[in-house]
Amino acid sequence: MTDFTTPPYLLLERSSVRRVMLQVLAALLPGIAAYVWLIGPIILVQLAIATLAALAGEALMLGVRRQPRGLFLTDGSAIVTAWLIALAFPPMAPWWLIVVGTLFAIVVAKHLYGGLGQNPFNPAMVAFAACIVSFPALMSQWPALGLTLTLTLSEQLQIIAGLASRVDVMSGATPLDALKTALKLGDGELDVPTLLATQEVFGHFAGRGWEWVTSGYLLGGLWLWQRRIIAWHAPLGFIAGLSLLAGVLWLWQPQQFASPLFHLFSGGTLLGAFFIVTDPVSGCTTPKGKLIFGFSAGLLAYTIRVFGGYPDGVAFAVLLLNLCVPLIDMYSQPPIFGLKNEK
Amino acid sequence: MLRRLFNFKGGVKPQTYKAPSVQAPIGLAPVPSRLFVPLHQNIGGVPNPLVEVGEQVLKGQLIGGADGWVSAAVHAPTSGVVLAIEKHVAAHPSGLPTLTVVIEADGRDQWMTRTPVDHRSLAPERVREILRDAGVVGLGGAVFPSHAKLTAAKAVAMDELVINGAECEPFMTCDDLLMRERAEEIVRGSTIFRDLLGARRVLIGIEDNKPEAVAAMQEAVRRLAVDYEVVAVPTRYPAGGAKQLIRVLTGKEVPASKRSTELGVQCFNVATVYTAYRALAHGEPVISRIVTLTGNVLQPRNWEVRLGTPLRDFAALGQPKADTSNYLMGGPMMGFEVPSLDAPVVKATNCLIAGSPALFPPSPPEMPCIRCGACADACPHELQPFELYWFSRARNFGKTQEYHIFDCIECGCCSYVCPSHIPLVQYFRFAKSEIWAREREKNAADAAKARFELRNARDEREKAEKAERLAKAAAARTAEKKAAAAEAGAAGADAPPSRPASPADPVAAAPALDAEAIKKATIVAAMERARAQRAAVQPRNTDQLTAEQQKEVAAVEARRAASPAETAPPAQPVVVREGEPDQP
Ligand code: SF4
Ligand code: SF4
Repeated sequence: MTDFTTPPYLLLERSSVRRVMLQVLAALLPGIAAYVWLIGPIILVQLAIATLAALAGEALMLGVRRQPRGLFLTDGSAIVTAWLIALAFPPMAPWWLIVVGTLFAIVVAKHLYGGLGQNPFNPAMVAFAACIVSFPALMSQWPALGLTLTLTLSEQLQIIAGLASRVDVMSGATPLDALKTALKLGDGELDVPTLLATQEVFGHFAGRGWEWVTSGYLLGGLWLWQRRIIAWHAPLGFIAGLSLLAGVLWLWQPQQFASPLFHLFSGGTLLGAFFIVTDPVSGCTTPKGKLIFGFSAGLLAYTIRVFGGYPDGVAFAVLLLNLCVPLIDMYSQPPIFGLKNEK
Repeated sequence: MLRRLFNFKGGVKPQTYKAPSVQAPIGLAPVPSRLFVPLHQNIGGVPNPLVEVGEQVLKGQLIGGADGWVSAAVHAPTSGVVLAIEKHVAAHPSGLPTLTVVIEADGRDQWMTRTPVDHRSLAPERVREILRDAGVVGLGGAVFPSHAKLTAAKAVAMDELVINGAECEPFMTCDDLLMRERAEEIVRGSTIFRDLLGARRVLIGIEDNKPEAVAAMQEAVRRLAVDYEVVAVPTRYPAGGAKQLIRVLTGKEVPASKRSTELGVQCFNVATVYTAYRALAHGEPVISRIVTLTGNVLQPRNWEVRLGTPLRDFAALGQPKADTSNYLMGGPMMGFEVPSLDAPVVKATNCLIAGSPALFPPSPPEMPCIRCGACADACPHELQPFELYWFSRARNFGKTQEYHIFDCIECGCCSYVCPSHIPLVQYFRFAKSEIWAREREKNAADAAKARFELRNARDEREKAEKAERLAKAAAARTAEKKAAAAEAGAAGADAPPSRPASPADPVAAAPALDAEAIKKATIVAAMERARAQRAAVQPRNTDQLTAEQQKEVAAVEARRAASPAETAPPAQPVVVREGEPDQP
């Protein structure tokens, strides 16, 4: 239906899908920079692997579905998915895990549902959930920080290539997991403040080192909001939901529950808040809906993270909420011009 | 000037491109040797031709009489001879021909006798008639007959009369120049409209990117010692949409289901007000208008052009550059590409833009909707354009109505910002015209059904009557036979079997027959009445349309039905443009 005879004849020049996606990628850079500083350039290798896998999967599926490759391969959406996967997966994950996850996201979660704009579930989160269910051990091995940097890049490369394994490096867990496990093992004798103060996996206000990575995501997210690429509703709702639950429990039993601040800067909270629950395709579209979506996902994420069996709950929370999007959207339609006082 | 302004949500700020065409004052376009005056230049009834081929006409002479109340007259733009009354390509996206009076100018440009009137000395009804017969319509582009908008609602006091000089479409400067040069006439025209509506206040809204126009209007208001407020409103497209301007100046939001007079406000474009003043105070009907000629031309400028001037002659005045590829009529946001330069300037022509590939590059390829919501943020009517788009695509037209597709003013803000470059407005027009088409079909089907039932009833009745007649005749014959037999028995002779009934028979049978027929007819009539009542209470459409919406639909339908492109989906024009509310 597009041709010259279609008004408006003026279009906003800076507006295109590619531009939107490029800005999302740019917003990830502060977090990536902190990541590199924390763990070395290996994360860039993982990003590259994911990107290549995503583009390959995209090219393949576009071919199968007879869609114009030139148009869609360059729209940047597959790269966003790829980067989110690389950042959400453990940094020392073997290369094939990243490839499998990315291909699953692109081929199944995106294209089998109809491609760009059609997928009801967030592809990166589908990949994360699928992999953590299928390869729970690999997905839960996070490098113990402080040790990783002692590895050279080539050693790191060998690890992700599956040629070497350094148990000392790989035995770590995420700070969230560490806390949960320690509390379980301690059986009531250990309390959160002591743990946080004594274990070296914890830093100033969250996981050691990770707190800066997540701060980077926060920075990028705020920039996206300032550029009006994302609205404030979903991130704020998400942060509010998660903090509310964390705060209530923390105030109730500070010995047993970590502070909201810890939870905010740990795990996938901020990546999720600014880059996952803001995904326009699989998220809600109305302002009220975005708030509800974010808030509920925040509550769920906290619940799964603290009481569930997985190290983090963002992915499952988001997927569950993705299911509810049509319903939330339907019941949160904003009143229109001139009809605000009716009904 | 210290009025509190309200905000409307959404809107966009495209580059304005207005500067080139405001350098020169309004020029007087030469009268072409041949003019093509379409009879239908307004929303509503198509005027009837009142002249004949070969007839001599004077400038300003009525050549098309208003057809009904919602219609407006058409006049000869100059003196000359009627060459033909024939179908000619129209200034319309479809380019389908419409009935047009072709006038060969005699070069004398001789006026008919004009009779100026003072509107205060006439009954308001009479003033409205004069406006109708002078062909005064909304010149912002909507061309709705103005007199039909000049009646206040009975139950609601008329608070504000809004005069629209916002002119928010890029490129367009005809209202700007009109206000700069003819401010006093505009103010005087506003007084006429204020009196007709009994409005308490007059607010003249002008976008703040036109300081000269604001100053000129303020000066005129001061000179004429009236208490009208000239208000500079923030520049943001579509601030010149009637509903947006009303919102900004008064805080009132007029939904599609209501007339603005029901909220005590009415809005007219400055050019409309100007022509109304000329019509009354000078007795001059609408035979010309100010048109911006700009874009890819060497001499961008505003011209006062006679209606009926072929666009080719008009465009030549601007000296289009060599790489001009096409022309837009109206602004780039809501206008359309002119199908042929043979089409004439009409009342709806506010702007002609010469286009080039550099000025209007073709739209990038359409991508799938990523539900980013940019369109919803930009929509001044706070709709969810992407939902409307999904439903239109899926041909789920009931849902589009639930999501208020008829509140969409087709301003194009959503398409303007869409990162996927989806021609959203196009989809909405398509959905709207499909809905109208279905309504029409449904109405036609209902009518056919009614006709069918009526005929059935009549057949039944006739059959019954016939049977009755036969029975009577048979009875009469038997009686006769008996009588004859008796007679024959008495006289010893056979009665001929085919003997016509005695003259007394029909007379005897007739009253009975009539009584039956009357009874049946009464039943049929009662059935008809019931059906009519049912039709009256039942919504025209089974979808959830309010009565007002239906009214609106009917009105727009009328204007589409009247428009020549009715059969050319989906690229239908909807010329609801800045300045003119779109309701009857
Ligand atoms: S702006 Fe375009 S891509 Fe974004 S939601 Fe609207 S229609 Fe979809
Ligand atoms: S064209 Fe309709 S839907 Fe789009 S912005 Fe304008 S009013 Fe809203």
